[in-house]
Amino acid sequence: MRYLILAAGLLAATPALAQDKPTLTVMTYDSFVSDWGPGPVVEAKFEETCGCDLKFVGSGDGAALLARVRLEGARSDADVVLGLDTNLTAAAAETGLFAPHSAAVDGLSLPVAWDDPLFLPFDWGYFAFVHDTTKLATPPADFRALGASDVSIIIQDPRSSTPGLGLLMWVKAAYGDEAEAVWAGLADNIVTVTKGWSEAYGLFLEGEADMVLSYTTSPAYHRIAEEDDTKAAAEFVEGHYLQIEVAGKLASSDQPELADAFLAFMLSEGFQGAIATTNWMYPAVIPAAGLPEGFGAPRVGKSLHVAPVDAPTVRDVALDEWLSALGQ
Amino acid sequence: MAERAGPVTPRVALMGGLAAGAILLLVLGSISAVALRAEAWNGLKPSDWAALRFTLLQAVLSAAISVGLAIPVARALARRRFRGRGALITLLGAPFILPVIVAVFGLLAVFGRSGMASQILGWLGLPPLSIFGLHGVVLAHVFFNLPLAVRLILQGWMAVPAERFRLAASLNFSGRDIARHIEWPVLREVVPGALMTVFLICTTSFAVALTLGGGPRATTIELAIYQAFRFDFDLSRAALLALLQVAVSGTAALIALRVAQPAEQGGGLDRIAARWDASTPTARTLDAVFLSLVALFLLAPLLSIVIRGLPGILGLPAPVFAAAGRSVLVALTSTALTLALALPLAVLAHRLRGRGGKAIEGLGYLTIAASPLVIGTGLFIVIFPFANPVALALPVTALVNAAMALPFALRVLAPALAGVEDSYGRLADSLRLTGIARLRLLWLPRLRRPLGFAAGLAAALSMGDLGVVALFADPEGATLPLVLYRLMAAYRTGDAAAAALLLLMLSLAAFWVFDRGGRMDADT
Repeated sequence: MRYLILAAGLLAATPALAQDKPTLTVMTYDSFVSDWGPGPVVEAKFEETCGCDLKFVGSGDGAALLARVRLEGARSDADVVLGLDTNLTAAAAETGLFAPHSAAVDGLSLPVAWDDPLFLPFDWGYFAFVHDTTKLATPPADFRALGASDVSIIIQDPRSSTPGLGLLMWVKAAYGDEAEAVWAGLADNIVTVTKGWSEAYGLFLEGEADMVLSYTTSPAYHRIAEEDDTKAAAEFVEGHYLQIEVAGKLASSDQPELADAFLAFMLSEGFQGAIATTNWMYPAVIPAAGLPEGFGAPRVGKSLHVAPVDAPTVRDVALDEWLSALGQ
Repeated sequence: MAERAGPVTPRVALMGGLAAGAILLLVLGSISAVALRAEAWNGLKPSDWAALRFTLLQAVLSAAISVGLAIPVARALARRRFRGRGALITLLGAPFILPVIVAVFGLLAVFGRSGMASQILGWLGLPPLSIFGLHGVVLAHVFFNLPLAVRLILQGWMAVPAERFRLAASLNFSGRDIARHIEWPVLREVVPGALMTVFLICTTSFAVALTLGGGPRATTIELAIYQAFRFDFDLSRAALLALLQVAVSGTAALIALRVAQPAEQGGGLDRIAARWDASTPTARTLDAVFLSLVALFLLAPLLSIVIRGLPGILGLPAPVFAAAGRSVLVALTSTALTLALALPLAVLAHRLRGRGGKAIEGLGYLTIAASPLVIGTGLFIVIFPFANPVALALPVTALVNAAMALPFALRVLAPALAGVEDSYGRLADSLRLTGIARLRLLWLPRLRRPLGFAAGLAAALSMGDLGVVALFADPEGATLPLVLYRLMAAYRTGDAAAAALLLLMLSLAAFWVFDRGGRMDADT
């Protein structure tokens, strides 16, 4: 037993070295902090100038992150929460746990105007169906055509995944009251619904379906990192749903100035320059050097977006329609 | 049969009681913590009942098919000796301990649209297979659990002393006589437990059911809990659903424990069992067919994981190996914890006998059915006011993994311990072997094989399980399964495949080391 306690102690020991530097804790989703995400670059760049220790804490994805913020409440050690999206900001604002930011938002290159007092965007992207051009040369042009075709798709469950919820909002924003009929048309195209993005994208790469729900930026990964030109995002004429990822400062933060400094840094070159090829999304502020080659500007005819305040109600209606159309 | 059991000494009561209390606290305490933190009280939704129905349906089917197939396979393994038998038994353990996502991709490589089976069908001009739907869910669950069922049943078969078969042969028993007098009592003892174990595992299935289920029709209770927690942030519903899951499993456990009848096999001299009855050509052919089919079904997906992962395994980035080291540490800690919980529980259950004993044993199975999400969240709520949960991520993961492995360890240890006590208990009592002496001189030597198997399972399960670390994760504290998910989330499919192979090798090695250790002197 003694050894167990010793082992537990060793496992628990974290680098809690005495330091004079203040610590800024940023809570974010798990893939942000991974060795292959933006976390390590962002941490190094911010620590160059802040005179502080930047500590990331990871937790699932965007929705899991909000649940964690609610669980921790005002006692949270975190100063900044990074990685919610505009489908979640209304619910997040309602908790009363966030404090207004003080950053200037005039330099943003978002497809929509930004005036949220609590949250600042750090990147954005459009949901899209990705396909292999060697196997599917001419993808369907919209959801109705997709429903009428025999093209198979893999999507994510809106109850457990951010892109899955994005698709729900996409169809709802494009078709309104007809959304349920569109889903009924799609029912026989859906090979399966996965828990999260990774499973769905993996199944697609294994050849289990013709198309997968992902982002317009996904082909850029294959072009830049794998020199593979065969993946493309199908352009849908009814438009694409916009996902904007945001960060906000917690009102309970014991480092409010440092948190403000981080939010300001978030819109600067050091942070924004890392986004494109680590998070594979469009940076909220286009870096001076422009987007990396192979990334390209989004080819999206129309930008669809549900206003954050309406998102919770739209979401609940859309989920019921989705469940009834797909036969639960 | 002779109902004999030693007295419930204060030491036995204390150790067993502590273990039982720890389990109760972990399962029900975490549910209570979640419920108490709820902001409003809401009932269950109609869709939750649909989720319950689907959960039960797929779990019953999966359990029946897994165990039904496992019986002839276990029999074949019990009465045949061939080259590579030991290796086959070890490899059979592999699917069970694989992380879900790895196993699913292995299955797809064989049964998917572009899988091997579909390609062979294509050459014959037939359409490709579709693995998505209820049959896909059941297929995957059989893949995971058939090997476990085989091992559990095999364990019972191997406990039959060779002398019984000798006696049977000298009495000129036919295959049918052996089935009636020797094999049926064995099955009567082990099959209900095996059925229950597989059923319980399948009730908490979430990612398999959803990924292969083909749509929201395949919603399980665990997914409903997920939805309540992160979509609606309705903690009261999450807690209610978790209770429902525990109730379902508790009922299943009680039924199984009631149906199971201990077999009185008597003692033996640990000779190798020679099976004169099994030498007929029909029996040989039958065993060969079953063994080859099962080996093919289980090994082909594993082989595909090896083939996909092999090219990248040496070039894996350093953080993956660091995570592998952490996973090994977590697995060892959690193995020690599992055994420290399982042995006292098994002893107490045996000493109490009757209803009390069954209740204690049933309690040990609760953790299988506990929702990892609810346990993790509950622990988070409990720890948060006192300490930083992130700093405790790895110890907490080891503890929860130990709790999750406990039912399997108990399933293996409880009948074995009862057998040892029935056969040697009187002698030990007359020699006044109690406490540490009994542990050292009777239990440890006689239970080597089940202890090794249980430890191997616990270590491998802990290694492969994503567990609660995902809820608490810290960038520097990731385990190998979490890093595997991170690689996938970063589009790095090749590295993810290599990490999956590394995980498979580590899990198998952990299982092999313990299991082999337990079988050192044995005939297998």
